Amino acid sequence: MAQSTDQSTVTQPQLKPGWDGIVSDWSSDQRSFKTASWHKAMMWIFLLSDTFVFGTFLLSYMTARMSTAIPWPNPSEVFALHVGGINFPLLLIAIMTFVLISSSGTMVMAVNYGYRKNRKMTVLFLLVTAFLGATFVGMQAFEWTKLISEGVRPWGNPWGASQFGASFFMITGFHGTHVTLGVIFLLIVARKVWRGDYDVGRRGFFTSRRGQYESVEVMGLYWHFVDLVWVFIFAFFYLW
Amino acid sequence: MADATPQAVDNIPPAEVPEVELYHPKSWWTKYVFSQDAKVIAIQYSGTAIAIGLVALVLSWLIRLQLGFPGTFDFITPEAYYQFITMHGMIMVVYLLTALFLGGFGNYLIPLMVGARDMVFPYVNMLSFWVYLLAVLVLVASFFAPGGPTGAGWTLYPPQAITSGTPGGQQAGILLMLASLMLFIVGFTMGGLNYVVTVLQARTRGMTLMRMPLTVWGIFTATVMALLAFPALFVACVMMLFDRLLGTSFFMPALVEFGEQLEYGGGSPILFQHLFWFFGHPEVYIVALPAFGIVSDLISTHARKNIFGYRMMVWAIVGIGALSFIVWAHHMYVSGMDPYFGFFFATTTLIIAVPTAIKVYNWVLTLWRGDIHLSLPMLFAIGFIVTFVNGGLTGLFLGNVVVDVPLSDTMFVVAHFHMVMGVAPIMVIFGAIYHWYPKMTGRMLNEAMGQFHFWVTFVGAYAIFFPMHYVGLVGVPRRYHELGDATFVTDSLHSLNAFISVAALIVGFAQVVFMFNLFWSLRYGKESGGNPWRATTLEWQTPETPPIHGNFGKDLPIVYRWAYDYSVPDAPDDYLAQNDPWPQKAPASEAAS
Repeated sequence: MAQSTDQSTVTQPQLKPGWDGIVSDWSSDQRSFKTASWHKAMMWIFLLSDTFVFGTFLLSYMTARMSTAIPWPNPSEVFALHVGGINFPLLLIAIMTFVLISSSGTMVMAVNYGYRKNRKMTVLFLLVTAFLGATFVGMQAFEWTKLISEGVRPWGNPWGASQFGASFFMITGFHGTHVTLGVIFLLIVARKVWRGDYDVGRRGFFTSRRGQYESVEVMGLYWHFVDLVWVFIFAFFYLW
Repeated sequence: MADATPQAVDNIPPAEVPEVELYHPKSWWTKYVFSQDAKVIAIQYSGTAIAIGLVALVLSWLIRLQLGFPGTFDFITPEAYYQFITMHGMIMVVYLLTALFLGGFGNYLIPLMVGARDMVFPYVNMLSFWVYLLAVLVLVASFFAPGGPTGAGWTLYPPQAITSGTPGGQQAGILLMLASLMLFIVGFTMGGLNYVVTVLQARTRGMTLMRMPLTVWGIFTATVMALLAFPALFVACVMMLFDRLLGTSFFMPALVEFGEQLEYGGGSPILFQHLFWFFGHPEVYIVALPAFGIVSDLISTHARKNIFGYRMMVWAIVGIGALSFIVWAHHMYVSGMDPYFGFFFATTTLIIAVPTAIKVYNWVLTLWRGDIHLSLPMLFAIGFIVTFVNGGLTGLFLGNVVVDVPLSDTMFVVAHFHMVMGVAPIMVIFGAIYHWYPKMTGRMLNEAMGQFHFWVTFVGAYAIFFPMHYVGLVGVPRRYHELGDATFVTDSLHSLNAFISVAALIVGFAQVVFMFNLFWSLRYGKESGGNPWRATTLEWQTPETPPIHGNFGKDLPIVYRWAYDYSVPDAPDDYLAQNDPWPQKAPASEAAS
């Protein structure tokens, strides 16, 4: 698909102010989003749909937490890490959040170098992003192990409402799955960049569409979304 | 008319959307089975949906046999009856109507109507169908699983859905149901992203959004809604699956079953209802909006008149789509919610009647003084308007809290939603099939069989559902296997039930005639030519009928006008196709092709 390579020819129409302008812009000829390729438009719309998935998960969790008659376990004690004789509340989560947010930064660098067609740097930053993502998942596995060893189960826990464990494993598990899939796709994209697929427009194995550097950016959209979702999970699950 | 100048088409903007690199199939398998062509996928979707719909049709016969002649059929036990109503509802709403409108008509019509060669991501589109097929197979598998399919009712309300008193509750039934729904959602998302991006980003030159046929508007808006509403069902399925498999208590309160305290506690069944209806109410319009769009095109084409109030029609579609996300709790008036909460949802529910009424008035005004051809699509379109108005009016009863409370969970509700989202959209589906069959096959459907099909279906649907309102008003509850000896159940009520059942059987058999017609006309139907209805939209202007892979010839069509230029004064014909530059001349490249 060779589209959207040359967007400079698109003249910006003179729009009326207010709703008329918005409507005529949206409903304009051929394309509604003049600068978005098909990939990018599809990823945005998918992320909108996925937002509703996570939003529903979080709302359900909040409903459970607010309506339960049994007290909710105190997150700053449950998620504390015992280091050197002192309890650090939320220490592990702080590190995990730091790692994941940093990976958004490296992702941006990868996108930047991708558009400069700097293959080596793009691959480097993609791999760093994937590494940070994998680190996040690894720390999450550690956190799960720790909680499970302390007796937290989806159907109950030693400290209070059983919905604590259920919501925790479901939401962080669903998010962790997203991160894991993201890492896998980061590695796939990194391999394609390394092999020069996007320089020569090599065809995809399944889709037989020509590769292009924009895929790095579309990958980045997904990655930033996963990070953003984590911020909300962090705020609503750990800080509340 | 005389001032046709060669330069007059210069106002057509240059192409922004480059040609798609089409995937060309190399073997029979990739051409007809694992096809990436949206038209083949559309037919696969439709065939699968209709096939599973026939199962649901047979289930409805069994339901009516039990209700009309209780005690006569031994094999319809209470458990089996619950399984029948559950599977009938779920199949009809999700696996037939949603899949047929969006997967079937959406795939076939969107690329053709907006002037695209194919969907934007054909490979993903192909996956969408195969995942849908898998979902259907999992659903069918539940009929053969030990304990049979789930009998929880199509709403799957917990806690009863996963307790042992409900058929399939502690067996495979509910698990397969939930798994199938999740697969359906995954498959639908892949297709839905395609439909949305194709409409937004891959239109041909001159095709602004406000020139699109209303069919595309309806399918597009419904798809966007589905992408936002299905997540709620997906999450509800995940949580119920965990409740059933892992022993979590998202939806399960502490409860005693057969004198035994279950392990559950602290969950909220109401939460499930909110999640389910946050999906469930938009779902009504996911089914209705494509029908609204298609019927607008059918009426305009077969009355040879432009649609009345096109812009308002578009805004009404979008407005209904947006409003339908804030009315869901009107399904839950009897769940014990705060009356003020109910008042809010009653208000929004009544507000949604405004854009809906606009649409109905506009259809009628389009017919007014039109050159009405009583062809089969037109008959079904008129049948749709009548049944839809009827079902909509009973919606006013059920939307008001105080009126709904006594009517809730009676056969009145059953009559209402069958009228408004069962019969009405099905009418449009039939009309649409009679309308587009010539484009899909090159042959007309048989007229005599079609007339028989229409009149039996239309009159029969009234014979079934009109008396059912009365049955409900008397107080007969829905989902009851047998009425027993209650004093309000009179002999005349029993004969009314028997009458409804006989009507249902007859209407069901009329659909068999329709199915036969589909196959018979494939071979023996009258040859239709490329544009038998003399319609304006782009799918009728393709060089080949049925359209081949890539849809249009060498050049994509250029659109000069909206989709409703019928009976234009001074025009050479009584319709002007969307790619007809009259009164200007076509540019050289167009004229050559």
